[in-house]
Amino acid sequence: MAKVLEPQIKDGQLLKIGQRVPKLDAWDKVQGRTQYIHDVKLPRMLYGKILWSKYAHAKIVSIDTTKAEKLPGVRAVITGYNTPEIRVGFIKDNPVLKKDKVRQYRDEVAAVAADTAEIAAEAVKLIDVVYEELPGVFDPEEAMQEGAPLIHEEKGSNVLKLPWKMLCGDVEEGRKKADFIVEENYTLPFVTHCCLGTSGCIAQFHANGNLTVYSPTQIRYLAQKDFQDAMKALGLKGKRVQVIQTAIGGGFGSKLDTYPFEFITILLAHYTGRPVKLVYTREEEFFASPGRQPVRAKISQGCTKEGKLTFRDVDMILDNGAYTSWGATTPSVMMMPISSLYQVENIRYVAKCVHTNNIYSTAMRGYGNPQATFAIESQIDTLAEKAGIDPWEFRMLNRNKPGEITPQRFEIGSCGMEECLVAVKEKLQWDEKRGKGNGRGVGISSLIHVGGGARIYKSDGTGTILKLDDYGKVTVLTSASDMGQGSDTVLAQIVAEELGVEIEDVEVIMKDTNLEIWDAGAHASRSTFVGGNSALYAARKAKEEILEFAAGMLKEPKESLYLRDRMVYSRNNAEVSMALDKLLRAIHFRTNGRQVVVSEFYDPPTVMLDREMKGNFSAAYTYGVHGVEVEVDQETGHIKILKYVIAMDVGRALNPMAVEGQLEGGCAQGLGYSLMEELQLDKGKVLNGNFLDYKILTFPDMPNIESVIVETIDEKGPFGAKGIGEPPLVGSAPAIANAVWDALGIRIRDLPITPERIVAALEAKKGS
Amino acid sequence: MDERVMAVKISFKLNGEDVCINIDDHITLLDMLRDNFELYGAKEGCGYGECGSCTVLVDDVAVNSCLMLAPAVNGRSVVTIEGLSGPRGELDPLQKSFVEKGAVQCGFCTPGMVMSAKALLMAKPRPTEEEIRKGMAGNLCRCTGYTKIVEAVKDASEKEVL
Repeated sequence: MAKVLEPQIKDGQLLKIGQRVPKLDAWDKVQGRTQYIHDVKLPRMLYGKILWSKYAHAKIVSIDTTKAEKLPGVRAVITGYNTPEIRVGFIKDNPVLKKDKVRQYRDEVAAVAADTAEIAAEAVKLIDVVYEELPGVFDPEEAMQEGAPLIHEEKGSNVLKLPWKMLCGDVEEGRKKADFIVEENYTLPFVTHCCLGTSGCIAQFHANGNLTVYSPTQIRYLAQKDFQDAMKALGLKGKRVQVIQTAIGGGFGSKLDTYPFEFITILLAHYTGRPVKLVYTREEEFFASPGRQPVRAKISQGCTKEGKLTFRDVDMILDNGAYTSWGATTPSVMMMPISSLYQVENIRYVAKCVHTNNIYSTAMRGYGNPQATFAIESQIDTLAEKAGIDPWEFRMLNRNKPGEITPQRFEIGSCGMEECLVAVKEKLQWDEKRGKGNGRGVGISSLIHVGGGARIYKSDGTGTILKLDDYGKVTVLTSASDMGQGSDTVLAQIVAEELGVEIEDVEVIMKDTNLEIWDAGAHASRSTFVGGNSALYAARKAKEEILEFAAGMLKEPKESLYLRDRMVYSRNNAEVSMALDKLLRAIHFRTNGRQVVVSEFYDPPTVMLDREMKGNFSAAYTYGVHGVEVEVDQETGHIKILKYVIAMDVGRALNPMAVEGQLEGGCAQGLGYSLMEELQLDKGKVLNGNFLDYKILTFPDMPNIESVIVETIDEKGPFGAKGIGEPPLVGSAPAIANAVWDALGIRIRDLPITPERIVAALEAKKGS
Repeated sequence: MDERVMAVKISFKLNGEDVCINIDDHITLLDMLRDNFELYGAKEGCGYGECGSCTVLVDDVAVNSCLMLAPAVNGRSVVTIEGLSGPRGELDPLQKSFVEKGAVQCGFCTPGMVMSAKALLMAKPRPTEEEIRKGMAGNLCRCTGYTKIVEAVKDASEKEVL
């Protein structure tokens, strides 16, 4: 069983931690008071619009903006030819306005700022662009062949030079030791975030040359740096960039990078001297907001007669699209399940990211993990089948355990994989339901994800400034971000618990790079763990200061004092107490007085992956198991989810209602990925860029999710918590594929598992 | 610009108050609410009636305000999310249930969700779970997986809502 540590708070039970506290901003949100980027208007604000490429691959022969410039109400028309070059992406291969050639349908060719959005939309239609079409390449394997059209001639190859290779142990030795080996190919499609709030930003220059960008970004500080770099191109080096985060209408990784539209908005604001707002339409959101990278995986694994895994060998090809954003770094996260999901010593993994003329991809919830886990966990079942072992027993036999060090040198602290497996087996009635083959079946899938930050950058820190006012109210200025997942609320719970105040006494501000300390961004499921520890340690510092003063004032030893119910009490003497607000005023209103203001920068005890792609890059790891029972209609191929169980080791559920929200929402996205979502491209052009043709789950589609929260109280996490944002999406697809196998004996290796694929597989089975 | 655009004068009830406005005849109800009345609660999630983020009530029926032209509300009653709570932020029981049951994450779909649920409960005060799911099928949410929204609507329906 998992080790249960003493809670860090000593005075009685936890009062705020573990409570189903409603989300702090829910009151505003249910009244429509919350301001998203779409709702922000500044005086004299103009509206920006982008002209997108009409070809997937073409030379730009000429751009004539004369007619657009003459349209009344147009204030600026910009192209790559009348603006300084700004390149974005981590290898800077994406000029924000394209010159000479376009490499994907959604390429930015020109942009307009106008008095109204309607005039801007009209103006871009008046821009004449003459193209000379070039042969395109839309399949990553074709793009790797000699003579394939080069997307970026200067790179010399369509294969990106990225270090995605990992070797652990000796795979050949592992093959020799194996009594059973399975080798298979899996494919995963383009999918996209479908945030209900479309992308957008506002850029505003001030009289002193400083820039403010309003943006629903997930990375206030990394975005600030990118915008700061762009200021040099505008001749504004040394000026300040402020990023003000508006409410995020859905993130899921989509706002983890900066994109050309943001720099175009900055350019338009620069040239017009007025604030400019640019917001995508839904159609633009589908084709011009990067999604999740499609993957082709070849995987083989082997095991002994007894069922112990002996090796795992994975090759992947990722369609990188025309430019490079974080999608190209997802293999670094795929390494995590490949190396550390189950105990397997001998591992080989190689991934190639290949440019095509398709649209490019970015980060998306799970960050490569859903793709890798689909291949691994589907194959665990095929391997168990070959070895004649029950797939659940097979997983138990190879499960991860607390305290182990994995081949990638992850130091697993708390690990509730066993408890999750046991819980799902029981809830699913695995032994009774499995193996009937009558159109109904059960399937499971385990998962691992980072739960204690991820040292992707040299710093993985989050800052907190915490102040208490004269009335006992607490303000927490945190650089963490909330995009709906509830980090605002858990930070308030942590601080309220530590300072003995009520949730409503705590105001959490996460908004403005001018106010808060640095943060690495809302990614890697890190906000609760890293932001939470930052808030916790800040609150402890404040508590120390308050109790130090109280000790002198109340003439009690500091160690005997504690904060609770907006009071300070003494453990030694029931007669001694004082209201917190009164104490704070006593600290303030005196000679040499002060208000209690503290700061904390918490950076987890982790390292970056080394040259071999190894090292303990997260301070904790989250485990979970999905279990699903399906009924498949053999005529139509329709899959009905009869039961869905997810058990997650979350360390400690700081707010069980918020945890359930993450599990339910993650499963919904996972189910979409499994069953229906696919952005269809025809020679690089999005065919189904709307909610009619790109299906996400609706109310009737969504089964009830039975959530099992496993608590292992991680010793490094705030009150024992681990990150939980991304993991619930990981593992849906293989659990469903495994259930379909159990139901009908057909193995679907390509997502999504559509009725058409089921019917085709059934026909192929009959034919054979 | 399109020269056929005509301004028309319309009067209607907006969140219980009588209002009158000259509005271009091609403007949608959603754009009028947002741009002319600065009621930003209704959101444009898609602009073509597929996501439900723009849902408001017209004569107590839920409509996608992005698909309705503004002049069509002449003489009718429009209620937006801002009209559901009291002037000092007192929540409607449905809004309260959304808060308490954790039905809100990013919140972008929330105003539309609440208005759809309101219309549903006005038409059918005690819906079954299936009726809630069917009745709200036109509202998309990407964060919550709908489970807690269904719970919230059920919770509100069990309290006195109307």
